[in-house]
Amino acid sequence: MLEENKKLDVEEILKNLENYSPKRRGWHWREKYEEGKMGEFTYSEISKPLAKSRPLPAARSFEGIDPQPVPVITTEVASGRFEDDIRRMRMAAWHGADHIMVIRTAGQSHYDSLIEGTPEGIGGVPITRKQCRATRKALDLIEEEVGREINFHSYVSGVAGPDIAVMFAEEGVNGAHQDPQYNVLYRGINMVRSFVDAAVAKNVMAWADMLQIDGAHNANATAMKGYKVMPELMVQHAINCKFSELVGMKPGNIALSTVPPTSAPAPCMKIDIPYAVALRDLFDKYRMRAQMNTKYIESCTREATVGHTLNLMISKLTSADIQSTITPDEGRNVPWHYNNIHAINTAKQAFIGMDGLMEMIELKKEGYLPEKVRELKERAVLFLEEIIENGGYFKSVQDGFFVDSGEYPERNGDGIARKIDGGIGANTVVEREADYFAPVCAHFGYNNVPEKYEHACDAVGGCTLCDHSKIKYIDELDENDNAQKRMEAVSKNDNIVPEVEWKKDGVVAVTLFIPESELVAEAAAIEMGKKMNLRDVEVIHKQVLQNSEGTLVEIKGRVNFEIERANLKIPEPKRSIADSAIKEFVQNNPIKVVAATVGEDEHSVGLRETIDIKHGGIEKYGIDCVYLGTSCPIEKLIDAAIETKAQVILASTIITHNDIHIKNMRKLNDLCIEKGVRDKLILICGGTQVTDEIAKANGMDAGFGRGSKGSHVATFIVEKMKGEV
Amino acid sequence: MKRVDDYEKRREHIKNLSDEELYNRFWELTEEIVKPMIDLASTHTSASVERSVLLRMGFSSLEAGDIVKEGMKWNLLGKGIGNVVLTYAEIKGLNYLEAGSELAKGEGWELVNKKMRGEN
Repeated sequence: MLEENKKLDVEEILKNLENYSPKRRGWHWREKYEEGKMGEFTYSEISKPLAKSRPLPAARSFEGIDPQPVPVITTEVASGRFEDDIRRMRMAAWHGADHIMVIRTAGQSHYDSLIEGTPEGIGGVPITRKQCRATRKALDLIEEEVGREINFHSYVSGVAGPDIAVMFAEEGVNGAHQDPQYNVLYRGINMVRSFVDAAVAKNVMAWADMLQIDGAHNANATAMKGYKVMPELMVQHAINCKFSELVGMKPGNIALSTVPPTSAPAPCMKIDIPYAVALRDLFDKYRMRAQMNTKYIESCTREATVGHTLNLMISKLTSADIQSTITPDEGRNVPWHYNNIHAINTAKQAFIGMDGLMEMIELKKEGYLPEKVRELKERAVLFLEEIIENGGYFKSVQDGFFVDSGEYPERNGDGIARKIDGGIGANTVVEREADYFAPVCAHFGYNNVPEKYEHACDAVGGCTLCDHSKIKYIDELDENDNAQKRMEAVSKNDNIVPEVEWKKDGVVAVTLFIPESELVAEAAAIEMGKKMNLRDVEVIHKQVLQNSEGTLVEIKGRVNFEIERANLKIPEPKRSIADSAIKEFVQNNPIKVVAATVGEDEHSVGLRETIDIKHGGIEKYGIDCVYLGTSCPIEKLIDAAIETKAQVILASTIITHNDIHIKNMRKLNDLCIEKGVRDKLILICGGTQVTDEIAKANGMDAGFGRGSKGSHVATFIVEKMKGEV
Repeated sequence: MKRVDDYEKRREHIKNLSDEELYNRFWELTEEIVKPMIDLASTHTSASVERSVLLRMGFSSLEAGDIVKEGMKWNLLGKGIGNVVLTYAEIKGLNYLEAGSELAKGEGWELVNKKMRGEN
């Protein structure tokens, strides 16, 4: 059992792995929450709430609710060190991800076997039995903690597809990318080998009830113009879907990996919506895994987020069974911890915000949209016809039919052509002889099982799919390149270091506006980073605001310090005394409070929550509150306190421009002294940028910042009146 | 190949199909393309396919890799490498996992090859 205030113990996860077997197998879809009631709202389409989660930031104003959308939400993790990824997975699950996709290390496609142990990866992790088992073990704990099943996912491709599929089935991996076309077009692996291997791999995946995602979206990312390959994308999806189904996968476990092909400033909705509709019409038997666009992602995280939000709108206007997310920093680097969380929240926020949208609007059934949908389908049918005329799939790949930048039937002659007898693993396929026998379960194709056996694996007394204990577990093959060694290197002390990917990586980002032209600003930014004592300074984003007026530059670098935990001065957490004790005190000692937001400040949410009975504010203890509204002059506030014989003034100040919040605190204190009432009044100030320290330094009795509640304020008032503080 | 967009000309024979007919045509054509590859896959095997069989039989990935490498030298993949292991175990009266370990080390292939080729 995980404890929410305790870090996940990766050391513990790595212990006794040789005996660990997964808790469950197969893909999990979210359960609909028909009742739809969350806080004061009734939602049209949400799924069962989580037991534990972190809601969206604005939930603070909505009783902390965290409604969960219906589609499964994916996050991709790829740091190269799975022991650090596990911690990120827990954070992602708390924000609502239930599909954790682990990216493979560069080059694993060409590795002609399983990789074993836990070597460090590049742009992903080596997918090994130990890594899968440890990750699944951690996810088994995390799913129990958040109260929803988590789908663990990686890739069944390359020249070891069937090996990996078996290992995934054994280790309780719940989903995988599997598409032989990906091997052929993008990994240069022989096509005959790829399809022979794929059939066996898919059959094993079907046995394990795994969800499959295809690889067609890569055409969108690879083609020169992603939006020109839409007819081809439908052909690629169709080939993988039908092939998988004929191998034995159920259509409900076959998902299309579909991406809205374009991005603004192109008129993306006009292009992307007809394509999305055409796909959902033709592939109605299968599932939609809606991915976000990566082809046109640049280093601006704001631009990426808006693009992704438009993608989410397409999912909402059409459908998505799985909503995948791309981190807003994908255009800069391998995703950082917090950008996974941002991406998950972008999906959650957009879906929940669009709840019930399709009950109010609908897509047009005549005009441009259906005409374009029909055209795309016809172009795809014509593509299929030409494949057959040309002598079939293999011959057509050889002739460069795929990933051509022309919108079919237009051809630009720049497609990816692969030879039928070329590529990695060419001529390695062997015909099964009449007495071919594979003594195992879930084996696709011809199998001459001797009659004496009821099941093929009776010949070996049960295979690993029937008996988990028969699996041969290899722990490590490299005594230096492994998780244990890496963890030891960063666990010498418990000093605190910022991180973005790996424990103690020390990486920070700094945002700078530099009032200079692009090249000057970039050079200056790097120097500024060095002056901040950052190491390995790199520019990760720049944007010209005006050619000569200035440039926004974001840099990253590594800090050259560690913070010793023992020397930290940690402010005492805000205390609350029991509700009943406060109520009893107030009953015997009636308290009156005057409250307002002061100065030119219209932000009243925080103050209202602090006083309103409905939000658990101080009124609930019987404290009499006189609320004077927003933008109240300081004088008026004090006069009102004197007039009503109040004992407490609650002043809220959110705006901090020119330190106006500090000036208002001083003014409040000074005017009270001037009017001779300072010692009769308890002065309390609150606001998002207020701290107890700042407030006290500027004449207040107390300050309450972010996260403060009515109970904290009431506790202070009572203790102050009792003379305890 | 380079070709200008001749969609209008090419679509003549499908433009009057109903949406349902077009849907059916899409899937019929797909099946026609995919079928030969299904047949190919069900009648063929590969090193990776055979390793996956050995994994399921309870061999480690290292042993599976070695056994299949040896099996390829003897051109025995078409018999099914799991089948080869079982046959060798039977000849030697060994537990099949022990038999596989010997084969992984390159031992016993001549014997099992003869047996599987019906030469003794």
